[in-house]
Order: sequence, then structure tokens, then C-alpha cells
Amino acid sequence: MNLDIQLQEGPQRNVVLLSGEVDVYTASKLKETLNPLAEQENKELVVDLSGINYIDSTGLGIFIGALKATEKSNSTLKLIGLNERVKKLFEITGLNEVIDIQANDAREEA
Amino acid sequence: MEDTQLSMYQLYKEMLTKYLDNKSEHALYHAQQFSKQMMEKDMSPEETVSLHMSVFQEIAEDLSEEVVDSFDILLEVMIGYGLAYREHQSLRDKQRQLDSELTVAARMQKSLLPSEKIALDSVDFGVISVPAGKMSGDYYHYAHDEHKNVGVAVADVIGKGIPAAMSMSMIKYAMDTLPEQRLQPGALLENLNRVVERNIDDDMFITMMYGFYDPRNYRFNYASAGHEPGFIYHEESDKFENLDGRGLVLGVSKNVTYRDYEVAMNVGDFVVLLSDGVTECRVDGEFIERDQIIQMIRDYKHMPAQKIVDRIFYDLERAQEFQLRDDFTLLILRRKV
Repeated sequence: MNLDIQLQEGPQRNVVLLSGEVDVYTASKLKETLNPLAEQENKELVVDLSGINYIDSTGLGIFIGALKATEKSNSTLKLIGLNERVKKLFEITGLNEVIDIQANDAREEA
Repeated sequence: MEDTQLSMYQLYKEMLTKYLDNKSEHALYHAQQFSKQMMEKDMSPEETVSLHMSVFQEIAEDLSEEVVDSFDILLEVMIGYGLAYREHQSLRDKQRQLDSELTVAARMQKSLLPSEKIALDSVDFGVISVPAGKMSGDYYHYAHDEHKNVGVAVADVIGKGIPAAMSMSMIKYAMDTLPEQRLQPGALLENLNRVVERNIDDDMFITMMYGFYDPRNYRFNYASAGHEPGFIYHEESDKFENLDGRGLVLGVSKNVTYRDYEVAMNVGDFVVLLSDGVTECRVDGEFIERDQIIQMIRDYKHMPAQKIVDRIFYDLERAQEFQLRDDFTLLILRRKV
């Protein structure tokens, strides 16, 4: 139950690569990385979830928090590389309607 | 404090003298009692060593310098233990205080949930809700009006423990202010969403399914805010169907609309609402699949609703070695006539 976080910072876009599990144990670590990035003005924040096989509800909350922060900072949040299980979670919760989501290997180069 | 030290000195001296005189078990037992007293008086280990040294020096006047000096080392070593002990003390006190506060809060929280069972001839109802810890982030609701419409809901606040529990009470109070929307599931969720959105942390949210059974047209009307889909069991075809419903979780966005769904209920049909504590049960490290839950319900479906939910909870709890990872809520409403 670990989460590995890698960050590629750019002038217009920050890309965060995650692998492992986003759950109640790793959520605060993710929040510490995501929130400062989401608060940067006029930027695109891309989170690559291709290495993630499990997200629990606390983990989902972190993405909601990041979404709200990007809205305040006039930035955008995009999630890419979701596997089936993770994608389904975003669908059940209706979050796919409010967060820009690209499933499977639509991963972009930063 | 000086008096205390003086009397402790006297006590210790008597005890030590007695022991040195006759080496009796009794004196050793006395020492055990004495250590309890010391702890009650908040004396640290290093104070005990220093007390021992003073008393000992008085009793045995011709102590060699080395013996006396060696106690300096012991004293220093004990200081570390003393610090750890004091920290332990203060943590234990805090823990006790927290525990008792939690117990009171948990009791208050229980009083938020409906207590009287539904006593209608038209339906058979059962619910079980068990928190993983003392406080629950799950909420359930049931009520009927004078036309025998039966409203049911299960809500699940993300996370567990106290923050979840506080948000859970918000749902309860908001529900109480919306009695006129009990027959409009979508509108009810829209109103709840506005309350939650204003009052919840940025990275928290609540999922909820609300529905009511209308005995005039035998339909179950419901709406979902990102909640784990429930089931409906059709007795005639002996099939389970998902109570699918689209809708965003509560607390994310201000103006969200929720669609109403409806499904026909024949005699013997029942709806099942659940929290994700049910589907997030891990048995042998594997998540339990919805199919497995359906199978469990199927096995017990001949029983009264309350028995079914109790049995399923018991089975899942046992399969997880009685360690719930998440709050667990399961509710069943069956049409009887």
C-alpha cells in the first residue's frame, strides 16, 4: 500500500505521475503534492494515473480538492491513464462529468 | 510539595530500613505499593533514584565515594525514562478524555438515527449500520407518511471517524428541514447538495441514494448522488437488477440536478440500499464483488428483511475476522401486499 509520486514541472503544464494506491494511508501525501500545484495560476495540471490500480473514497476526495483549487486559480485539472476499475469509480460518483478524464493510454508527453 | 517529599522520605526510609534489617517479602511488597503512590504523586524515576540515594546515605553513613558517585550515572540514565514516563502519562490522560468524549458523541450520533421500526402491513423493512470505529460516517433514514409512502436513504460520507460523523449529522439535520421533498428524490438531493457544498471541506464529499415506495402505484422512486448502486430483486423472474442512477456526489459543485428514476415493485420484490463499506469488504485481500453480495442476499431472501441484513453483516464480518475496515450499512425494503 504505497504511492509513488513523480513530478514533471513545466511553464504551462505540470504533470504528476502516480503509481501504487491512492487510499486513506497515502491520500495526505498526494494532497501535499497536488494542492500547491493546483493553486498555481493559469496552469494545466495533468495527473497520470496509469500506474494506479486502486483509489478509495478518501483518495477521490483529494482529486475533488485539487479540482476546486484549480477552479479558484483559473487552472485546469486533467486525469489521464485511468484503468477500468478506477474509471468506473469516477463514473459511479459522477465525477467524470466535472473532471476532464481520459481513460487508458491517452497519456500525453509533457 | 515539600511536605509530600518529606513524608515520602520518611516512608522510604522506614521501608528500606525494614528491608535491610530482615529482608522480608513483606517489605518488598511494600515497595510495590510505594511505587504506585509515587506514580500517583507524579514522582519521576530519577526522583526515586535520588530519594533512594539520600535515604541510603543517611542509613549507611560510611558509603564509599564510588558507590555514591555511581548513582549519578544511574540518575542520568533514569532521566530519559522519566521523560518517556511523563509523556506516557500525559498521553494516557488525553486518551482517556478523548475516549469519554467519543463515547458521548457516539451516543449522540446514534440518537440521530430513526429508532422506531416501520410498522406497516404493506412493507417489510430491515436495516443494519455498524461503524468501523466508534463514530460512523454512514447515515440511513427511513420514514413513512400518512399515505404510507415509505422513504429510505443511505448516505456515505467519505472517510470515517469524527470528520465523517460530523458531516453525517449535517445530512440528518438537512433532511429534517426538507419534509416536503420526501416525495421528490431528485429535488431532495439537489437541496442537500447545496447544504453540503457550503459546509464541507474541499476534499470531502458525500454519496447518497434516496428513494420512496409509493403504495398507490407500487413503484419505487429514487435518485442517486454518486452512490454505490443498490439492487432490486424481482421475485417473479428471480432476478436482481442494479438500481442504477447517475448523479454527482454531494458537495462538489453548487448547482447540480439529479434525475428521478422509478422501478415497479411487485409483491415480494425488494430493494436493497448499501454503503460502500459493504462492497469494500476485503476477504482474503480481495474485494468482495457485487455478485457475491447478491448471492448472499439470494441465500437468505426467504427470511424477513431484518434477518437478511443481520445475517449478511454477520457473514461478512466473520469473513473479515471481525475487523470492519469501513462503516457498513445495508437496508432492505420489501413490498408485502
